[in-house]
Amino acid sequence: MAEPIIQMEHITFSYTTEEGVAPVVLDDVSLDIEKGTFVAVLGHNGSGKSTLAKHMNAILLPAGGKVYVSGVDTADEDRWLDIHRMVGMVFQNPDNQIVANVVEEDIAFAPENLGVPPAEIRQRVDNALAIVGMTKYARHAPHLLSGGQKQRVAIAGVIAMQPECIVLDEPTAMLDPIGREEVMETILRLNREQHTTVVLITHHMDEASQAQRLVVMDHGKIVADGAPRQVFCHVDRLKAIGLTVPDTVGLLYELNQAGLELPVDALSVEECAEEIYRLITERDKE
Amino acid sequence: MLKDITLGQYFPGDSLVHRLDPRTKLICVVLYIVALFTAKGFIAYGVVFLTLATAVKISGVGAKALLRGMRPVLFILIFTGILNLFYTTTGTVLFKVGFLQVTTGGLANAFFMVVRIMMLISGTFLMTYTTSPISLTDGLEMLLNPLKKLKVPVHDLAMMMSIALRFIPTLIEETDKIMSAQKARGADFESGSVIDKAKAMVPLMVPLFVSAFRRADELATAMECRCYHGGEGRTRLHQLRYTRNDWLVMGLFGVLVVLMFVLRRVAPF
Amino acid sequence: MDPILETKDLCCTYSIGTPFEHVALDHVNFKAYPGEYLGVIGHTGSGKSTLIQHLNGLLKPTGGQVLLHGKDIWADSKTTRQTRFKVGLVFQYPEYQLFEETVYQDIAFGPKNMKLNQEEIDRRVHRAAYFVGLTDDILDKSPFELSGGQKRRVAIAGVIAMEPEVLILDEPTAGLDPQGREAILGNIQAFHDARNATIIVVSHSMEDMARLADRIVVINDGKIPLEGTPRQVFAQGDRLRDMGLNTPQLTQVFHRLREMGLPVDDSVYTMEEAKAVLLALYREGGQVC
Repeated sequence: MAEPIIQMEHITFSYTTEEGVAPVVLDDVSLDIEKGTFVAVLGHNGSGKSTLAKHMNAILLPAGGKVYVSGVDTADEDRWLDIHRMVGMVFQNPDNQIVANVVEEDIAFAPENLGVPPAEIRQRVDNALAIVGMTKYARHAPHLLSGGQKQRVAIAGVIAMQPECIVLDEPTAMLDPIGREEVMETILRLNREQHTTVVLITHHMDEASQAQRLVVMDHGKIVADGAPRQVFCHVDRLKAIGLTVPDTVGLLYELNQAGLELPVDALSVEECAEEIYRLITERDKE
Repeated sequence: MLKDITLGQYFPGDSLVHRLDPRTKLICVVLYIVALFTAKGFIAYGVVFLTLATAVKISGVGAKALLRGMRPVLFILIFTGILNLFYTTTGTVLFKVGFLQVTTGGLANAFFMVVRIMMLISGTFLMTYTTSPISLTDGLEMLLNPLKKLKVPVHDLAMMMSIALRFIPTLIEETDKIMSAQKARGADFESGSVIDKAKAMVPLMVPLFVSAFRRADELATAMECRCYHGGEGRTRLHQLRYTRNDWLVMGLFGVLVVLMFVLRRVAPF
Repeated sequence: MDPILETKDLCCTYSIGTPFEHVALDHVNFKAYPGEYLGVIGHTGSGKSTLIQHLNGLLKPTGGQVLLHGKDIWADSKTTRQTRFKVGLVFQYPEYQLFEETVYQDIAFGPKNMKLNQEEIDRRVHRAAYFVGLTDDILDKSPFELSGGQKRRVAIAGVIAMEPEVLILDEPTAGLDPQGREAILGNIQAFHDARNATIIVVSHSMEDMARLADRIVVINDGKIPLEGTPRQVFAQGDRLRDMGLNTPQLTQVFHRLREMGLPVDDSVYTMEEAKAVLLALYREGGQVC
């Protein structure tokens, strides 16, 4: 097994409000993220998934327990800059994370902060633009881009930091289907070709199903952890915590309930159709 | 429509004007303004106008875009024109209606005043149109750098300015959206007395402020995540470096100022 | 049946006379019938947002007409203003328009602008709150201390309180999790059932549209190339894909099954139907062609 880039050990967290301490948001969560993997964290709003994400790069510090990034304790204030650099973060609203008026200048923001020499910044910016497929928009004004394009710029801005790991907190929640697809493709490519560790926080099943590993959260606890296929098998359990499964899995599950013997782990339309086809044609042969 | 406001808008391009160092452009704009206020008489104005026209021509921005930017100040232009027209009493009286009279001096004053303001705005707009706001603030930051010794937070101010510029279009778009949403609930932004109109702004301003604060909060987190920690040790993608063109252009504008002073003496008409 | 709301050769061109001139709507003839649940689909930039803003008179047509009950909504300024109340429009992310001190006051904003009496306003606020499932104790709270899903419901209640005959919602479930999505769609359904109002929902979710809409209108490139029942529309999978749209996942599965040779209809789009068809096929034995 690869070594973990992020280690979370028994962390607890609750937000303090004016009325005192709010309910626990994270309740004794332990989670390791291995280098190079693509992990999706799934949960409904208020399940604690976004709070968990903010612990991964020291934006939030756990009230109890420890978080280590590449072995560095996130409580160590002197190392925060290193931690921010190692674990990049992309947020939901693309408008609120773009700093500059020109795409390439925005992407240069992080390397500039890190004091990278100008020639190397240029190189990193061009490289990041190429990875997200936005090279021809380098000199454009970000506010004129589509939602999907803006979010790709935001991702490029993080790539230019050359992080080991990128955490994306519901990056597609505000996008239309085309934008969502663009962003998902970018994330997948980033993981596959650049071998960047990716943590995707989402409540979209179809996005989560593309990850290698799926962590399901509910009420501040991890309630399921495994390959998407395994996790989606437990249709009842997912429904009980307010999540749905893709319609393909839902259909197979319903048919299963009606007494047909079908595996319920076919995620894609293609696989689902094949399973049904096999069942029905095989029955004919008997 | 709010979208028509072009203030602070940047038209990307690759002209000589675009390529000048932002510091050069800032210095030149200052020199240009000095020249404009020193200018006296048609010859002097003609020279300044030629300078401006040449710069516009080279920039490729187009006079139309510059004139469009004039729209928000149209009222001020007309107001100044009228004021100068009627309140100047020098020269011969051309005609008289009641207590209002128009003199040749008034006519000339009104003309020069309006032209001066128009050229002032065109000149500064030409700078903002051809300089990305970020490099403009960069230039400003560099020029004001000596003030750091006096504990003036130059970097922070420049950063604030560039972020403000970045969010102008976003907030304008948002204003349009909230306005439409409240109109759909029967809000009336147009009719009624001044007090009614002021009251009608509440459903617009409150959501706008709430959203601006939310954006600020999220942006601050996003900037921290991208390793922002103030101006210390920052490098830049685009290093500012004066080229031969910069020195040349600055020299030309210096000459322009001197010329204005000379013309004021020898040909003030 | 006569349409309650329709457009006749509606045209809209933005920034006429500038280099940015852009045709957003091109001779659109759109119809919505009394009491129907109409789905509007189209990718971003297809012109659907422009269309719905014409339906309640927020935008003035550059050509053609918008008719409510057969009457041009731009006939006189009074009619235009009344249209805003008769055709309620809920924008995308409507929670960003909340501004009052209490939820009650915010919901009452629309009815107040209608110049209704206090009693009527009170009745409407409570009724609207009921439709979206807000309890009385929430009415006195500040809208800013509510959760995202609750805020959205307050905003929708603010439009419902005007008791419009036609309720238009632009992506009412955008950004919500499955639970929040179901809750909002349930609220809309409740309003639809109780008042027999015409509902027009703009959505990117083909699954939701398949489940809820009586009829679907497809907008592409400022025109309506396709409209009909969900079955008729989703049977045109290839055409939809050309327009950058998709069919529901279940329809895709059935399409694939048919390609593989199973005798199934590829216009299936609901879970119940899909299940019933496949079970029947399994029990009878499929005839592979």
